[in-house]
Amino acid sequence: MRFTLHIWRQENARAKGHFETYEIDNISPDCSFLEMLDILNERLINDRIAHPVCFDNDCREGICGMCGLYINGRPHGNDDGITTCQLHMRKFHDGDDIWIEPWRAKAFPIIRDLVVDRSAFDKIIQAGGYISTTTGGVPDANSIPIPKHKADMAMDAASCIGCGACVAACKNASAMLFVGAKVSHLALLPQGKIEAADRVKRMVAKMDELGFGNCTNTYACEAECPKLIKRQNISRLNRQWIASLFGRDRNS
Amino acid sequence: MKLDPKIPNGPLAEKWTKYKATQKLVNPANKRKLDIIVVGTGLAGASAAASLGAMGFNVDIFCIQDSPRRAHSIAAQGGINAAKNYQNDGDSVERLFRDTIKGGDYRAREANVYRLAEVSGAIIDQCVAQGVPFARDYGGLLDNRSFGGAQVSRTFYAKGQTGQQLLLGAYGALSREINRGTVRFHERCEMMDLVIKDGRARGIIVRNLVTGDLERFAAHAVVLATGGYGNLYYLSTNAMNSNGSAAWVCHRKGAAFANPCYVQIHPTCIPVHGDYQSKLTLMSESLRNDGRIWVPKKKEDAEAIRAGKLRANDIREEDRDYYLERRYPAFGNLVPRDVASRAAKERCDAGYGVGTGYAVYLDFADAIRRLGKEAISEKYGNLFQMYQKITDENPYETPMMIYPAIHYTMGGLWVDYELQTTIPGLFAAGEANFSDHGANRLGASALMQGLADGYFVLPYTLQNYLADQINVGKITTEGAEFDEAENNVRQRFERLLKTSGKHSVDFYHKKLGKLMWEYCGMARNTESLTKAKQLVAALEEDFWKDVFVPGTANEFNPELEKACRLEDYFELAQLVIADAMHREESCGGHFRTEHQTADGETLRDDEHFMYVAAWEYQGHHQPETMEKEPLNYEHIHIATRNYK
Repeated sequence: MRFTLHIWRQENARAKGHFETYEIDNISPDCSFLEMLDILNERLINDRIAHPVCFDNDCREGICGMCGLYINGRPHGNDDGITTCQLHMRKFHDGDDIWIEPWRAKAFPIIRDLVVDRSAFDKIIQAGGYISTTTGGVPDANSIPIPKHKADMAMDAASCIGCGACVAACKNASAMLFVGAKVSHLALLPQGKIEAADRVKRMVAKMDELGFGNCTNTYACEAECPKLIKRQNISRLNRQWIASLFGRDRNS
Repeated sequence: MKLDPKIPNGPLAEKWTKYKATQKLVNPANKRKLDIIVVGTGLAGASAAASLGAMGFNVDIFCIQDSPRRAHSIAAQGGINAAKNYQNDGDSVERLFRDTIKGGDYRAREANVYRLAEVSGAIIDQCVAQGVPFARDYGGLLDNRSFGGAQVSRTFYAKGQTGQQLLLGAYGALSREINRGTVRFHERCEMMDLVIKDGRARGIIVRNLVTGDLERFAAHAVVLATGGYGNLYYLSTNAMNSNGSAAWVCHRKGAAFANPCYVQIHPTCIPVHGDYQSKLTLMSESLRNDGRIWVPKKKEDAEAIRAGKLRANDIREEDRDYYLERRYPAFGNLVPRDVASRAAKERCDAGYGVGTGYAVYLDFADAIRRLGKEAISEKYGNLFQMYQKITDENPYETPMMIYPAIHYTMGGLWVDYELQTTIPGLFAAGEANFSDHGANRLGASALMQGLADGYFVLPYTLQNYLADQINVGKITTEGAEFDEAENNVRQRFERLLKTSGKHSVDFYHKKLGKLMWEYCGMARNTESLTKAKQLVAALEEDFWKDVFVPGTANEFNPELEKACRLEDYFELAQLVIADAMHREESCGGHFRTEHQTADGETLRDDEHFMYVAAWEYQGHHQPETMEKEPLNYEHIHIATRNYK
């Protein structure tokens, strides 16, 4: 297959970025999107055309959350429930123009080309996205039975990979789905209820402080989430947050 | 070099209790004065840093990605073993210990493995307290499944994302300590060298991957939790950035490297399909609970499938060869990984392979008939989706195609019972060390070992070491040792950036991987290893002549990162080959074709090879010297591994 690639190039955080166009040919439809970029980079290196295109990637099986490209106007490209590394060229047509951009959000500054700094997500988690335990001295695992449907809901929320597609998809660059997923995961479990009120307050405050936007209920985040995290997690986040204003013990 | 495994005296079941009762402690006020460096944020690194930080030590933790949660532990799918016996099916610490020793083909240290089994239950308790959403049954209690090499159900799981959930649990605990200020986190930093002062590990040199700056960090002890070296083979189930370099620079500085030839090849991965391929995706071992592995019984059927004239579903039941069930009736599809991998290779080499010829079927039709599509989807949904996205085939309707691939390295830095390497003050945890899996790791035991090391072993043994360090005062980053280490790294970058050849780093890495897979992979012999040795040397020479590393050292430059790692892989490859050559027996993942039984099983030579081979670096291109740590089995009865 043959493609015309328009790729965002930006030398570093301070430099001005621009689109650069590259033609690429002889791509197998079974090739993954990132492997296609590998092939491009190989050529850029061999023919001394330009510095290879920088893009974050690691596990290449859709679980580490490292990769994230904005492809033809969609985070992770034109398929549902996948990360960029799981996108394959068979999803494109021969001869297509492909526009490749980094995540764009104030809270995710660009490092180089398509690589952005997502440490804001870590900072939100550090603000309270955990259950406070120290190693040892905990009860037997089966001493806290948890209804299966609750455990399953918690698992679904916990499957967030922290890639940032929700922020990239949102016109307000809101992190509500990311924060909602973590708040839900922990609030749904009895172990997590004790700190629930404090947790939600601290995480939301940190989210606001770091420059993420507000949620205006368009749910682009849900549509683009590679792990299909549901918007109900945002509702739960809101309920948790409101309840936290009225006292520590009220958990919805 | 003198190897002292420091195994406590006394009966096996009492060793760890006795160690904990008599080890040296550090009081809370002194803990604050002691600095620890942890390299790597996977299960072992994150759990160690979180535990040590909570105890009151000052911890600095480093990772090469943008967040601790990206470490490759995140990709572990199937589960984590623990001797909880929640299923009342006969499990116990003793049983898990025995299964692990046997699974490792009697090449692991008894005392370490027993301790691993002993602390396994506490890991599950810890994870549940952190909010890890393990699978549960309708009564709300924890569910289990079976993994290879065991006849009990002792594997705890969270869908097909167990590694992710365990890592997020450890990441949560780590985040809490970062918030409390006991742990400082350094993202996008790569360890480039180890600094030794007065014979002790006292610091590291890291490259800030964003700015390219070299930075110095000093501490009273260094913990390496940087994973394995499977990416030596280029195509593996590892993440693209997983690498063996941090361990290798420690090896260069004097840390012994043990059993490098023990490389695990996982039987169920999506097969290779093209030259451009960058990695092989694992399909969890848990699938073998319900999936049945087969190839056609008749060669002509296999040929027709390969030619596209027949499909899997066209082959009648009686024309299918469920070769694992046929050869190993007692364990069936749940034989250990090395056994299942060799059996697949045997069938494909004999001409019964499907797909490209290097693939076998993993079929869920029976399980779907028995349990329904919904039940299968609930258990393995994300794996099926992953498979479909990659191959464009629906595994609910047509069997998966799978083939073995490089997955895990049992070899690693030699450590004693305290997880200390041969360099005082340098500890190694998780896949980076060699300690617990012998010549083959059982499924769902990597997660167990990583967390055991980090949560329940290092907090004790590191404290024992640090108790002697309370009077040495703050370690600084000044001095000739730091200057020299930093200069060496700078010179290394200059050497690599001076190149202006025709090929990229990946071009050479792919070649190295291919030849290692071919000549030092699933089956090895004197001839193939001799060839591998020559080919690696020739390739390395060509690399220096004809590689091109673009850019500079003072910028974000992934090509330079890859070049440094590949430079180390050339040396590491030679050590893997040398170790494989010297071990004139077959055991676990190490299969020497000269040493096999009449029916193609591994043939151990306990009389001559019941030891750990620990290698000492002698300089670039110099043959390494080997020291033996004899394995004394006091508790277990040594037998031929039999899964029939």
